[in-house]
Amino acid sequence: MADIIIAGFGGQGVLVLGQMITYSGMIEDKAVSWFPSYGPEQRGGTCNCSVVIADEEIGSPLVTVPTAAIVMNAPSFDRFEPKVGKGGLLIYNSSLINKKSERDDIRAIAVPANEIADELGSARVANMVLLGTFIEATNLIKPESVEKALRAVLSERHHNLIPLNMQALERGRAYQ
Amino acid sequence: MAKTLMKGNEALSEAAIRAGLKAFYGYPITPQNEVPAYMAEHLPLRGGVYLQAESEVSAINMVYGAAGAGVRVMTSSSSPGISLKQEGISYIAAAQLPCVIVNVVRNGPGLGGIQPAQGDYFQAVKGGGHGDYHMIVLAPGNVQEMADLTTLGFDLADKWRNPVMILGDGILGQMMEPVEFAENQEPVNVEKPWATTGAVDREPNIVNSLDIIPEKAEKNMQALLAKYEKIKEEEVRWQEDGTEDADVILVGYGTSARVARSAMELARKEGLKVGLFRPITLWPFPEQRLRELAKPGRKFLAVEMSAGQMIEDVRLAVNGVSPVYLSNRLGGMVPTPEDVLTKTRDIVQGRVN
Amino acid sequence: MKTVFQKPEAMTDVPMHYCPGCTHGIIHRLVAEAIDSLGIREQTIGVASVGCSVFAYDYFNCDMQQAAHGRAPAVATGIKRVRPEAMVFTYQGDGDLASIGMAEIVHAAARGENITVVFVNNAIYGMTSGQMAPTSLLGQKTATSPRGRTVEEMGYPIKMCELLATLDGPAYLSRVSTHDSRHVLQAGKAIKKAFEMQQQKKGFAMVEVLSTCSVNWGMTPANALKWMAENMVPYYPLGVYRDVTAKEGN
Ligand SMILES: Cc1ncc(C[n+]2csc(CCOP(=O)(O)OP(=O)(O)O)c2C)c(N)n1
Repeated sequence: MADIIIAGFGGQGVLVLGQMITYSGMIEDKAVSWFPSYGPEQRGGTCNCSVVIADEEIGSPLVTVPTAAIVMNAPSFDRFEPKVGKGGLLIYNSSLINKKSERDDIRAIAVPANEIADELGSARVANMVLLGTFIEATNLIKPESVEKALRAVLSERHHNLIPLNMQALERGRAYQ
Repeated sequence: MAKTLMKGNEALSEAAIRAGLKAFYGYPITPQNEVPAYMAEHLPLRGGVYLQAESEVSAINMVYGAAGAGVRVMTSSSSPGISLKQEGISYIAAAQLPCVIVNVVRNGPGLGGIQPAQGDYFQAVKGGGHGDYHMIVLAPGNVQEMADLTTLGFDLADKWRNPVMILGDGILGQMMEPVEFAENQEPVNVEKPWATTGAVDREPNIVNSLDIIPEKAEKNMQALLAKYEKIKEEEVRWQEDGTEDADVILVGYGTSARVARSAMELARKEGLKVGLFRPITLWPFPEQRLRELAKPGRKFLAVEMSAGQMIEDVRLAVNGVSPVYLSNRLGGMVPTPEDVLTKTRDIVQGRVN
Repeated sequence: MKTVFQKPEAMTDVPMHYCPGCTHGIIHRLVAEAIDSLGIREQTIGVASVGCSVFAYDYFNCDMQQAAHGRAPAVATGIKRVRPEAMVFTYQGDGDLASIGMAEIVHAAARGENITVVFVNNAIYGMTSGQMAPTSLLGQKTATSPRGRTVEEMGYPIKMCELLATLDGPAYLSRVSTHDSRHVLQAGKAIKKAFEMQQQKKGFAMVEVLSTCSVNWGMTPANALKWMAENMVPYYPLGVYRDVTAKEGN
């Protein structure tokens, strides 16, 4: 059972990252829901999504007290770091967030996601790096499910990108 | 078919096409824009017509025309657009035409905002347009139901020759959940001998709502009301969980019911005896069952994203036997399970009256 | 020091929410400059419509009302009839004016209602994220014309200036563009003229301003300006479609 917030600015792959977790959960036959922030704030501004993974029917799909948060830029760090529930997990993109969590009641993991993505040759997989850290830290979903989800979500002609995405995932798993 | 992940707006669109939808008329408005986009993409390739009308007033009148011509037809919008459709809905109800109208409710009144809300409850279940009429109003609680109740909506519309409204909200429209569609689903083919299909070898059919002679108009109204009574007998739907021994029963539909479910789980962990009652048909409202559940000592808590609308129907149903309280948020704010839990505790401990 | 660039008095300090490259901001400025140069800010009552410019009431430093989708000309009529001394303008997009509000605009024009209409034609619904507008060009792909606009399915784009020019009511109808600075200057003159017509009680005046929506067109701002010049301007010829003062010879 997890209540997850993923946040960043438009274009960072925030919503897709949320969908990957949701899709992978569905493949593992869990109850899942994904809900995006919507409206004018999407354009250029920040965006976020709520993902809930559970064993039974999901109540509120809107996450207010996340058990885990993945934040990709500084404004999202400021907004969601304080909201993570006690004992929760915070994964943040240290390539763009020049801060540290002061909280001692949560587990915070800094991941230089953009640098790693650049090393891999594609800035677009920064979100997958963070996903790697997330699945390793939570054991919530298996890497195989993520691969299956990629296969299902990406159109055939983009399937050549799957190895790169899986590489990014592996790199992220090393950060704990 | 295997499960796929879809937005509620897309799921209901796919379900409508599978139910044999022949025409969709719409006008852009957030947060239902995925419906017309899905229809524009898919409907013309699957044997139907998609048309963006110049306004919601036009869109609903296009629906009137297509429904009168005997095909499965639908429109969708969100609150301000649904207000514009009210005139057309009244005409459709009076002419007894089957159609499905989707309202992905956003916060209002006025232009309001685009965030999820339930402030259109009265408009949907008490009339909305002029005259004595009712729509059948279905309230999905998840993405699967956005699809399933749309399918059901078309069947009920045809069965009763009545407009059906799917009353969702911004969350149900925008959220993604797994959804499954039945394999090889054949749309039910309902005979519509009354439809204007061309008077070949028969007397002309007339689709009309004009009733100018009072004696006749009253008889027709009585027939319409008799139909509504039968719908009340046959079509009431709801879901309940943990109501048998409950001290407090949470009542909510759609997104509010989901928040109430989370609150119920939190409350039970604290040892509070809390149950959940979720109306699926808002008209006809499951008043009979609520009446049975009401008893001295038991309390009800209506959970809403509106200013206290559905609570009136709960009060009418329990008819003073049990007290009914309200937990709500407004303006596009969504109640949290903690909000509802706090109120539930207050009720149990007698801190509210 | 000489001030070369200053915010018009008829504009507020509120930062605009428009996307990068959107021409709504420029057009707001032109309207505000026209109001300033005629010294009418305190008499002006603007009517914001529903569309990307819905928050125009925050940006214009004059009295403003916000109207329901498409109904701005009716709201403006209501104001002008009870406050004939006020300078009343509407600011409307193409979905608002040429689709849902077609009846309102046609009848305001036919009545020769003494108001000024600023009509921003960006060939798309911006606010609701890129659906087909009545002014979308043939072949144009939008969220609700995913295979491109066709005559068979959606008919032809609507040319509002030409259409309203069939009526006797309008006093001034002009189409301008914002694709380069020379045209922006001309647009400013036309908008000012449309306010002067109202001052002189000539009747209904509308300026149609061709505009970009790079985000929903899926282009860079620079490419959007180019696309507008190459595709919109040929279909929507610029020029004056009605000017009753020209007939009078002044
Ligand atoms: C009755 C009603 N229907 C639909 C809407 C949703 N809506 C808001 S803005 C808009 C389109 C505006 O497009 P346009 O007038 O072209 O202006 P732009 O956003 O492109 O500047 C629509 C359909 C609404 N607010 N009210």
